[in-house]
Amino acid sequence: MAKFKLPKFLIAAVLFYAVIELLYTFELMNGYILHIINQSLIYVILAVSLNLINGITGQFSLGHMGFAGVGAYVSGTLTTLIFKINPSAPGGMLIFVLSIIAGGIAAAFIGFLIGFPSLRLKGDYLAIVTLGFGEIIRTIFNNIDYVGGPRGLLGIPKFSNFTIIFIATFLTIIIIRNLIQSSHGRAMLSIRENELASELVGIDTTKYKVLAFSIGAFFAGIAGGLFAHLLQLAHPTQFGFIKSVEVLIMIYAGGVGSITGSMIAAFALTFLSEGLRLGIRFIADTTGLPIGGEWRMVIYSLLLIFIMLFRTEGLMGTKESRLIKIKEAD
Amino acid sequence: MSIGLFRIRANLEHSVTGFANIRIARKGTVRMGSIFNAQQIVNGLQVGSIYALIALGYTMVYGIVRLINFAHGDFYMIGAYASYGAFFLFNSFFVGKTGILAFIVLAASMLAGGVIAMLANQLAYKPLRYKPKLSSLITAIGVSMFLEYFFSALPMIGPSYRSFPDIIPKVEINLGLATISNYVVIDIAVAAILMVGLTILVRKSVLGKAMRAVSQDKDAARLMGIDIEKVIGYTFLIGGAFAGVAGLLAGMTYPRIFPYMGIQPGLKAFIAAVLGGIGSIPGAVLGAYIMGLAETFASAYNSLIGEGIAFAILILVLLIRPRGLLGEKTADKI
Amino acid sequence: MSAQLTIQGMTHYFGGLRAVSNFSYEVPQGSIYGLIGPNGSGKTTTFNLITGIYTPTEGKILFEGKDITGAKPYKIVQSGIARTFQNLRIFSSLTALDNIRVARHYTMKSGLASSVLRLPSFMSEEKKVKAESAALLDLMHLSHRAKEEAKNLPYGELRRLEIARALATKPQLILLDEPAAGMNPKEVEELMSLIVRIRNEFHVTIFLIEHHMKVVMGICEQIKVIDFGETIAEGAPDVVAKDPKVLEAYLGKRGA
Repeated sequence: MAKFKLPKFLIAAVLFYAVIELLYTFELMNGYILHIINQSLIYVILAVSLNLINGITGQFSLGHMGFAGVGAYVSGTLTTLIFKINPSAPGGMLIFVLSIIAGGIAAAFIGFLIGFPSLRLKGDYLAIVTLGFGEIIRTIFNNIDYVGGPRGLLGIPKFSNFTIIFIATFLTIIIIRNLIQSSHGRAMLSIRENELASELVGIDTTKYKVLAFSIGAFFAGIAGGLFAHLLQLAHPTQFGFIKSVEVLIMIYAGGVGSITGSMIAAFALTFLSEGLRLGIRFIADTTGLPIGGEWRMVIYSLLLIFIMLFRTEGLMGTKESRLIKIKEAD
Repeated sequence: MSIGLFRIRANLEHSVTGFANIRIARKGTVRMGSIFNAQQIVNGLQVGSIYALIALGYTMVYGIVRLINFAHGDFYMIGAYASYGAFFLFNSFFVGKTGILAFIVLAASMLAGGVIAMLANQLAYKPLRYKPKLSSLITAIGVSMFLEYFFSALPMIGPSYRSFPDIIPKVEINLGLATISNYVVIDIAVAAILMVGLTILVRKSVLGKAMRAVSQDKDAARLMGIDIEKVIGYTFLIGGAFAGVAGLLAGMTYPRIFPYMGIQPGLKAFIAAVLGGIGSIPGAVLGAYIMGLAETFASAYNSLIGEGIAFAILILVLLIRPRGLLGEKTADKI
Repeated sequence: MSAQLTIQGMTHYFGGLRAVSNFSYEVPQGSIYGLIGPNGSGKTTTFNLITGIYTPTEGKILFEGKDITGAKPYKIVQSGIARTFQNLRIFSSLTALDNIRVARHYTMKSGLASSVLRLPSFMSEEKKVKAESAALLDLMHLSHRAKEEAKNLPYGELRRLEIARALATKPQLILLDEPAAGMNPKEVEELMSLIVRIRNEFHVTIFLIEHHMKVVMGICEQIKVIDFGETIAEGAPDVVAKDPKVLEAYLGKRGA
């Protein structure tokens, strides 16, 4: 007899969606807050996908936003330059979804390529090479005039809304969680724990490392595409090293290896970032002191140092909340 | 790079390096084609000297604690700003005495670079010495970000470019095949002097021996009574000081400084150190000059390739000969 | 009848250092053979060469008729050779059960898609693997640790866990690298009967490196002695124990 338990996470997610929608519809929440929530959700996708590479498989990747950039530019090019659609056009939504997926696939391909250096390089060196790759991707987009070069790709139609972003985030979490809590996930974890031993119990570590990069890149590409269609632009500076470090800070703050942690951290840090921006502006305006936006990043970097010095495991360590974790049948 | 009409005046009293006795004046146009390669070699050696000073710090720190100090390029930036500040602070006291002023500025850059490096080590890296390597790497990223944004956020320093003052007026000499300025000579000479000094220190002095011991086997060194942390501290001090001088030289030679100026040179110097063999002092120097020349030639050919050549070198080294040109093969015991 | 594992003239250099010299051996199926020698004599290197971590500079390794010289480690494991490590290589943050389950992974047929979609075929395979892994833990008297992170286990249990993990890969030959290291006499006794039991019940060949002479004399049918990478004796344990060259290697010239 099959037991059918309503998944806890699904319930929580539906509740979250309903609450936000209601608040917004009844004008208890303004568009600005919703915009921040949208951004937070996209950062959840970025953080969880980076966690798959760094936290679960133990491959130190510093160029994650490069993948997002690929997704942004590919999907943006398709919707803006090639198909020239907008939200009101019939079939526009379908083309948008396909473009986002195309962006994800393109990013996955790049991730696949970047996976190969990971086979020969460890730790520090891998970090530098992935950083370099991220910068190369950024430089390439900076130099392609067709997508706007240094000005960026402008005029991207605003297809991303709360519903779409929410569904994408939900699917990302479910897929990555299901992957991690399976034999394949354990294979990846074993690579993180002790790569040699993993190889010596029959795991094709090459396959799984490249797989981690590809899948992580795919979802980053999706996130990039969603971003581009939310902010209505894709610009090389959005996908550089510092941006990759911001996502890195999220997974470390939340707990490397914990999906729950990444979710919480993505929301917390996106809101914090926005709050800092407003707060600094407020202080600067009221006191008249020349306090620039750079202070936000100063605080961010201190936060990173603080986490590394005093609580490396972040908020959740490697634990998952019971909402996310699948209870195994005994 | 100025090509065209040259008029050269050698200003005797202001030349620190003793170029005083050369007086060449020649007018005339010089064709680009005829001086292309020799000039590039000069430029490449010049920038290579600056890379060498930075690369030495990377390689020394990596050799002793196996850490890629992401923030190293920022010690270079701090050295530039420190010398800038020192110049304006002491300028009025030593008018006309360029020699003393130059010395003060040099000392300021070395002091600033070295002290900040030691602080970073003491506050951020030392606590994580025996934790997983990745934690230190990420912390180094954090320190780097902090230094860049902090300097950028300070109102008196600000994010924008500043012009570096002419501490020593630039003097150009046209040698036919290439144009050398006294800056080129200063850059190369200062780098050379410091490199020789470092080699003597590492080979002959007690500290140098201690540094080599700690690089090879920390535990054995500790058992021999060497204060590991003190040696590591000195290594950061020297490495940071060298980076600081490089910042001063760069500020003087390419006279714009800004808080993010350490990112690119830092990355390139790191790659140079890897090329030469990370952990090897002669390797860092060799790699730096190769990097400087390669970059100069590549940029002259095509600016996009010039941007990418450093990364291309990194990929090639890591795929073909990961231990670098002069590095030692290390085997992990399984 | 040809041996299960045949090593022919295997020599390996690390740069200029010759670690293993002209190593030849034949290990029959179902036997318990031993490899002994002073520290640094090249024993673990030999295991590393057999399992593909290094490719020998010279020589051939044949397993069940197939040439596995220089093959990738995971492929060698999948073709039936498992090993444990001298310095324990446990998946520290994973539970004891997961340590075992990872070793079963390559036998699973469920692809990524069926894992993500939680298809019935995937669910039943996971259930089977979980049951098999739990049974292995039980065999090693580690069931009480199933849900515990491996890093919390005491040394002796970790040694047993590694053996269980090696068994989980469904091997025909297990290479045990100093399985008795750090054990007290009682544990050594239990280990010896465990190894024999494994050989009998799972029909695996055992090739072990050991320093504990009790284990070597007690359960090995034949041993090979190496020093400085070279073979200095080969044969039944009690014969080899009296060999003057062996005594000299261990005790020095005076002690022989």
